[in-house]
Amino acid sequence: MKSKSIFKFMIGLYLVLFFAYMFLPLIFMTIIAFNANDIPQITPWKGFTLMWFGELAKDDQMWSALWNSFIVAFSVVAISVPIGLGGALLLTRLQFKARNFVYGVLVSPILTPGIILGISTFLFWDSYMDIPGGLWTAIIGQSTFISSYCMLLIMSRAQRFDLTQEEAAFDLGATHRQVFWKITLPFLKPALISSMALAFMQSFDNYNTTLFAIGVEQTLPIYIGTKLRSFISPAMNALAVIFIILTVFGAIAYEYRRRREMIKAAVKIPPEPAAQVLGM
Amino acid sequence: MGQDVELLDVSMRFGEVYAARDINVHIQAGEFFSFLGPSGCGKTTLLRLISGFMDPSEGQIKIGGKDMRGIGSNNRPTAMIFQNLALFPLMTVEENIGFGLEVRHVSKAKRTKKVEELIELVDLYGTGGRMVSELSGGQKQRVAIARALAVNPAVLLLDEPLSALDLRLRNHMRAELRNIQRRTDVTFIYITHDQTEALTMSDRVGVMSIGKVEQVAEPDVIYNTPKTAFVASFVGETNIIQGDIIRIDGDYALLKTAWGSFFCKNPQHITKGETATIFIRPETVFLAEESTAENVLACRTKTISFEGAYAVVTLTTEQDQLFTMRLNNDGSVPKLQEGEQIKVRFSRKNAFVLKNGGTPIA
Amino acid sequence: MRDFWNTALRDLGKIGIAYISVTVGVWVVFMIIIPQLIMFDYSLRPMLPLRELGGPKDVWTLKNYLVFFTNRLHMAIFFKTIWSSLIVTLVALSICYPIAFYLAKVARGAKVGLLMLGLIIPYWINELLRLFAWQIILADMGILNQLLIFLGIIADPINFRMGNGAVILGMTYAYILFMVFPIYNVMESLDKNQLDAARDLGASWPRIHYKIVMPHAKPGIAVGCTMTFMLAAGTVAAPQLLGSPSSFWFTQVINTNFECANWNLGAAYATVLMLLCVVFMFMMLKLFKVGLKELTQ
Repeated sequence: MKSKSIFKFMIGLYLVLFFAYMFLPLIFMTIIAFNANDIPQITPWKGFTLMWFGELAKDDQMWSALWNSFIVAFSVVAISVPIGLGGALLLTRLQFKARNFVYGVLVSPILTPGIILGISTFLFWDSYMDIPGGLWTAIIGQSTFISSYCMLLIMSRAQRFDLTQEEAAFDLGATHRQVFWKITLPFLKPALISSMALAFMQSFDNYNTTLFAIGVEQTLPIYIGTKLRSFISPAMNALAVIFIILTVFGAIAYEYRRRREMIKAAVKIPPEPAAQVLGM
Repeated sequence: MGQDVELLDVSMRFGEVYAARDINVHIQAGEFFSFLGPSGCGKTTLLRLISGFMDPSEGQIKIGGKDMRGIGSNNRPTAMIFQNLALFPLMTVEENIGFGLEVRHVSKAKRTKKVEELIELVDLYGTGGRMVSELSGGQKQRVAIARALAVNPAVLLLDEPLSALDLRLRNHMRAELRNIQRRTDVTFIYITHDQTEALTMSDRVGVMSIGKVEQVAEPDVIYNTPKTAFVASFVGETNIIQGDIIRIDGDYALLKTAWGSFFCKNPQHITKGETATIFIRPETVFLAEESTAENVLACRTKTISFEGAYAVVTLTTEQDQLFTMRLNNDGSVPKLQEGEQIKVRFSRKNAFVLKNGGTPIA
Repeated sequence: MRDFWNTALRDLGKIGIAYISVTVGVWVVFMIIIPQLIMFDYSLRPMLPLRELGGPKDVWTLKNYLVFFTNRLHMAIFFKTIWSSLIVTLVALSICYPIAFYLAKVARGAKVGLLMLGLIIPYWINELLRLFAWQIILADMGILNQLLIFLGIIADPINFRMGNGAVILGMTYAYILFMVFPIYNVMESLDKNQLDAARDLGASWPRIHYKIVMPHAKPGIAVGCTMTFMLAAGTVAAPQLLGSPSSFWFTQVINTNFECANWNLGAAYATVLMLLCVVFMFMMLKLFKVGLKELTQ
């Protein structure tokens, strides 16, 4: 009994340390955003201020980078989700010998370093299509691997699809189109929504691929990267705080939705595991 | 109205394996027809061929006299009830039932009317707005039946739809299915491995072994005069003993077996000298009187299980092999003790000899 | 083959097949394969002035790779990248394994949701900002120096960003969660009864992990290691934000090549990095005896 409680204490301590490691840096970063000190540090504390948010808002470069990020992210969603759906249908619905090989090819972008994807996309479009690096190449470069994520996510649900439902619909006189819109798509809908969210966030956060593909344009992460390499201002902390707040809300909303679906699904369909939505 | 279904030399091959081979069956319009067989005998394949999920490798399938080759399942006058029912989980009961009409672009008003009729037919009052996940097992069955009937199929295909239900509900649904079939006059083709189900519901039964139809006949004919060893052993319980035919006596044959010599029917007209198998149903075995001379078997009682209307007595022969007898509780049966030495008899009319089948005896 | 098409046509219809062919076709050909081949092609050609492109000098050569293999500094940087990525991978694995196990098999109820949230939030926060947090902590007047001075351990601030330590620390922080989720995923599917049974039979916890949990979690561990290694070896952000100006990392060398407009040399270096990651992935597959299929499930 006693060894068990020591064991429990150790686990608790481990978790506390781990989450402190995860969150303390973020908390420091947040506090600094409200310090009226020019240098982004907690000490010396020169009083509470919101001026860094104002400074951030005055930065035109930031706004144009943010705007670009939205354009890129929405385009990536529009490209990656349909491609991911195509890949998922190919791998779950058709039986062919080279299936494992094709699977390997389709997930390879995830296992490739981001900068490689950026470089190769840039070289291809610049020299063979005569389109220099810019938002378009960034969109394509990101979509290359984000499509794989979308595919895995949609596949994990498609694999649980009961094919006899499609057969039943055919048998009742439905055409392929009707079966797809009335049976298959409604079943895949949660995975499609998750993959849209995932694609958006992956794109919005992407640095490595974009850096090499985008040429002279800037998305928000590129803007942040440039700023952090040169002159560091607490305005970046202000930006970080906004990111953190949005992320916390996003994560809570996501977790809530997942739970609600889990409760609903307790009667019928298991939801896709959280971790799959998060990456693999 | 139902239509007839003709299977002409139908074979289905998957790679090198035949799931069905040279099937010839003519199912009449408005008939309740069952395919009965153990799992893996190809009966589900047959159903999928009729419904149009696959086309046969060889042979022809005609429904209402029309060749069905190349016609997809969505254009055949058939509707299927799947083993797992395959209800649409994201739709309500009404939407499920109305699905076939909706995809055929039937107007909303007509659709609602038809759905209401069907809800009445299958006795599902008050559940129309519910999701199918909220229904009980029996209710789900009814939704599946109504959904299939909604498209006015000429042929309804049922793939063991009752196998997931408990015994009481199963019995109830059997009667219900039979009832619905009579009222709608649709041709029912039913697949099952449960002989009671096949025998109680069907007008005719086709017994299948591996990929082949062994016998097609009315239930009583199947039971009383099985055509092959497989049918005899698969349908109903039976005692089995091998022997050599030593004399032919008209429709009867005398066989010499390890348990003695017995007379029995010889429907396949097997010739003298051949080795064949005798089948004796437990309910055709009685206690022997002193005077009986023919088809008497001496044995010892092993277990007696009294079941009310009858008692099942397991016997061991002198060769220590098992033999079962079912005694009707008509008041004249003396009380038996376990381990008692007794003599039993059976009539030559109730036993029959069949060629040793190529198919394993289940 | 005919069977395949018939089944496909029956199951998906013409439009379905056309949709799959177009989406996957464009993806594989124009986004995955051709760009890679073109990068490889670039790496095999010498850098030439515009007017000599397509001329007699524009032929395949291994010159760019020779530049790499004969440049001792670049080789040293390359090996530094390898061992640092290995350290990051190992540290992440040893820290995350208990977390993943706890989350998958020990914690229950509302706690799981809360802990999950605690992992998702930092995971979703931009990589650059996570590195920025460490930039602040490790700065000369940063929190860590202030703390150490306050505690009297040091008198003058340490320049943490001098060596490679800061980059490794930052990489570990930024990519550690890529290890948690794959392992958590496979562990979740482990039947808890197996653990109870083993415990019941008197097996000790280390033994249970060695004999039951780890073999089951192999594919997840392989994925986590591959991902973490790949991210660490391929990151530009960590050295950019945390590295010292005097100590370059391999991705920075690649970047410099592109900034100096020597795309051919940059492509060759990128190909080397690509090969490193492929080799590491296959080593993981071999080490954990899992197939490519299991790797990404």
